[in-house]
Amino acid sequence: MKRWQNSGLWLMLALLLVGGLWPAFTHNQANREMVYTILLSIVLASSLNIMLGYTGYVSFGHVVFFGLGGYVGMFLLHNHHFPLWSAALAGGIAAGLLAFLLGKAILRLRGAFFALATIGINEAIRALINNLTLFGGPAGISLNFNIYKDYGGAGEALWLVYYATLFLALATIFLSYAIKTSKFGLGLLAIREDEEAAEVIGIVTPRAKTWAYVLSAFIPGIVGVLFFFKNGNIEPSDAFRLHFSIEMLVMIMLGGQGTVLGPLLGATGYQFLRGFLLTNSFFKDIQLAVAGFLLLIIVLFIPAGAVGWLKRRFTLLQEVLP
Amino acid sequence: MTILQIKQVSKRFGGLQALTAVTFEVAEGQILGLIGPNGAGKTTLFNVINGIFAPEEGQIIFRQEEITGQKPYYLARKGLARTHQIVRPLKELTVQQNVIVGACFGRENQALAQAAKTANEVLALVGLAERAAQLAGSLNVAQKKRLELARALAGKPYLLLLDEVLAGLNPTEVSAMLETIQLIRAQGITIIMIEHIMHAVMSLSDTIVVLNYGQLIAQGLPHEIAHNPAVIEAYLGDPKLAERLLQA
Amino acid sequence: MSFLPALVDGLCIGFVYGLAAMGLTLIFGVLRVVNLAHGSMITLGMFGLYLLSTHLNLNPYLALVLVAVLGLGSGMLIYYLALHRTMNAPHLSSLLATFAVNMILVGIGTATFSTSARNLDFALGSFHYGEGAISGQRLVAVFATLGVTSGLYLFLAYTSTGKYIRAVANNRYAAELVGIPSTSILALSFGLGTMLAAIAGGLIATFLPFTILAGGVYELKSFVICVLGGLGNPLGALLGGLILGVLEGFLPFFLPNLPNTWIPVLEFGLFVVILLFRPSGLLGAKQ
Repeated sequence: MKRWQNSGLWLMLALLLVGGLWPAFTHNQANREMVYTILLSIVLASSLNIMLGYTGYVSFGHVVFFGLGGYVGMFLLHNHHFPLWSAALAGGIAAGLLAFLLGKAILRLRGAFFALATIGINEAIRALINNLTLFGGPAGISLNFNIYKDYGGAGEALWLVYYATLFLALATIFLSYAIKTSKFGLGLLAIREDEEAAEVIGIVTPRAKTWAYVLSAFIPGIVGVLFFFKNGNIEPSDAFRLHFSIEMLVMIMLGGQGTVLGPLLGATGYQFLRGFLLTNSFFKDIQLAVAGFLLLIIVLFIPAGAVGWLKRRFTLLQEVLP
Repeated sequence: MTILQIKQVSKRFGGLQALTAVTFEVAEGQILGLIGPNGAGKTTLFNVINGIFAPEEGQIIFRQEEITGQKPYYLARKGLARTHQIVRPLKELTVQQNVIVGACFGRENQALAQAAKTANEVLALVGLAERAAQLAGSLNVAQKKRLELARALAGKPYLLLLDEVLAGLNPTEVSAMLETIQLIRAQGITIIMIEHIMHAVMSLSDTIVVLNYGQLIAQGLPHEIAHNPAVIEAYLGDPKLAERLLQA
Repeated sequence: MSFLPALVDGLCIGFVYGLAAMGLTLIFGVLRVVNLAHGSMITLGMFGLYLLSTHLNLNPYLALVLVAVLGLGSGMLIYYLALHRTMNAPHLSSLLATFAVNMILVGIGTATFSTSARNLDFALGSFHYGEGAISGQRLVAVFATLGVTSGLYLFLAYTSTGKYIRAVANNRYAAELVGIPSTSILALSFGLGTMLAAIAGGLIATFLPFTILAGGVYELKSFVICVLGGLGNPLGALLGGLILGVLEGFLPFFLPNLPNTWIPVLEFGLFVVILLFRPSGLLGAKQ
């Protein structure tokens, strides 16, 4: 069982757990919100990494799974009084199903075309939901405030969402490692390196890519329901924000694509940077430009991201950092 | 047993007729040399056998099962492996990982642990064992060719298609590779090899098939081919040269 | 609205769409790069024209010449700063690099100009024909497109630089071997592509309102047109542009109640359908 003896993995999970539990000890709401944003980012970036880093398929529209899952969950919460757990799970399943269906259509496209198709899909789903009265149209779905009573009040509900998200962040890192060290993951890496050669070797590429896409969509769907439950409200313009997708991309590239640690580091680093930028009045408006500049620098000078740089600089770490 | 039957296979790309009614058989355990001038359709034939293209006409029968037009990944599972003319290493993976991929997704569909053992055996066979932890992208051409061969072998194929595996190698490397191919044949694996290095093909092959402009113009034993006027005209040019090559 | 005016308007704007798409397809054909900053170059043209003619009181068509130069210069600058290093890297790098440039430009643009709509107060009268009328600006846009297209064709076919560009597009390595300075040619090609985008943006600004985000909308249209006409094929881009313009013009006939927000969705759908069923486009893509 050498696979599960990687000290890097357990250290990462331990640090994440400690970092995640820290707001619980300080009972500080501001801290909790900050860490919550980081945990959310870790889930989304790590999930996207399964497609981008492992399989080599660039998706600019990953937020669609977060948004659609959120919508399905909120719909079940509000219109059908589902408990949070099943609504969240349903959101994840809906997102996975969307990925499965979409995959059939667009995973045949390569490179830039797949990337553009993912943007288009995000826009299409947003337009669709905007016009769907079932999901509240442009006004979206708003939860009745009383719903929080079922969870011990609004304050308790927020902590509930927080712990659930922490759990999902740990689960996502675990899943990411499990995939990367599995035979399935090896197949994905082969597809990334040379898809045609991978087919000749015997990897059933359509199946592998579809599974990767579904796995990358599932947890974002769940975490989307939790997010919007916490938010109390979901609207098409919030749920399918392209900017969010782009940030996930920057986080992965910053931390190191194709690694387990990379998205974790990247998400944490990016959120700290963003926190700093938002409080600085000059940078607030040009957030997108700063993110773009960061992405450009990374792509041009450190394409392997922080983890890649660390591994090259300290070759001893190559064994330890997954 | 006949391991492979090619029956009346034709392939067209737009206006270009790449293969016309190609028909031949391969017996199990043989080495069959596939030769012909550049552009004759040899790699196209491999692509058709391998499932990368489906032929417009004709059938391909592998171990008594029709496989015409089936996708490459299913054929790999059935024991048909192939190397490429221009090597395609999985660059950011290590040499060992490359071969493990071959073992995992080949005929035996091995799990990772077993695949690692297979990889070590195969790497030893091709002489890349010391480089197991090196990144595939950092190898030189000869080593990459060996890696491609190792990856194909790791899948435990019944039939191996070698596309110009000797191209770009210096004479020493060629001799070493020829020995390795002999070892592979000794394991009972049937080989079809596309090759331009005549002394290698002539000395190694049990039978030879000659393509020209997409048509099969001759097939038979090496010395028959060397004396075949059609082949000489199309390909070898000089009959005396053909004799000398046979003796080499 | 009746048939003929819909057709005519569709064709007019189709020409300009085609011009924009030509820039994108030229860049793909020569550099094998999908320029995700294409939209911001169109926006550059729009805002460039707007600022030059309102703040400097220049005649818009004079300003258009300056916009063209600006487009060319910006493109070459973007190439040297952001793209050059990615040319020998995997395709993902150039994709992300142009995407990042787009983010930077849109970010700065939004901060500077906000997302409110702008309009160029400019009219050249209109020409009446039977049941309809074309505004003068649209007519000029058609002629400008034809002019630029012919100029581009003559340049590529008859000048030595044009031949270098075609050589590099055909086989970059071989071109280098015969002594063609590939880096400057690549930069120039990229610049020409962005120049076409900027000119198209400027022309659009003469007869339609625009915002800082409008470039993105036209970028999607350009992608659809490029795959429709065949990637790397400038004539295909022009043809594709005309087809898309006419389709857009006729849309109110077939789906009169369709809100505007659905048009990009339909165009995206067309994009995916073409890529799945005829990826080489109508006139054949560059191999």
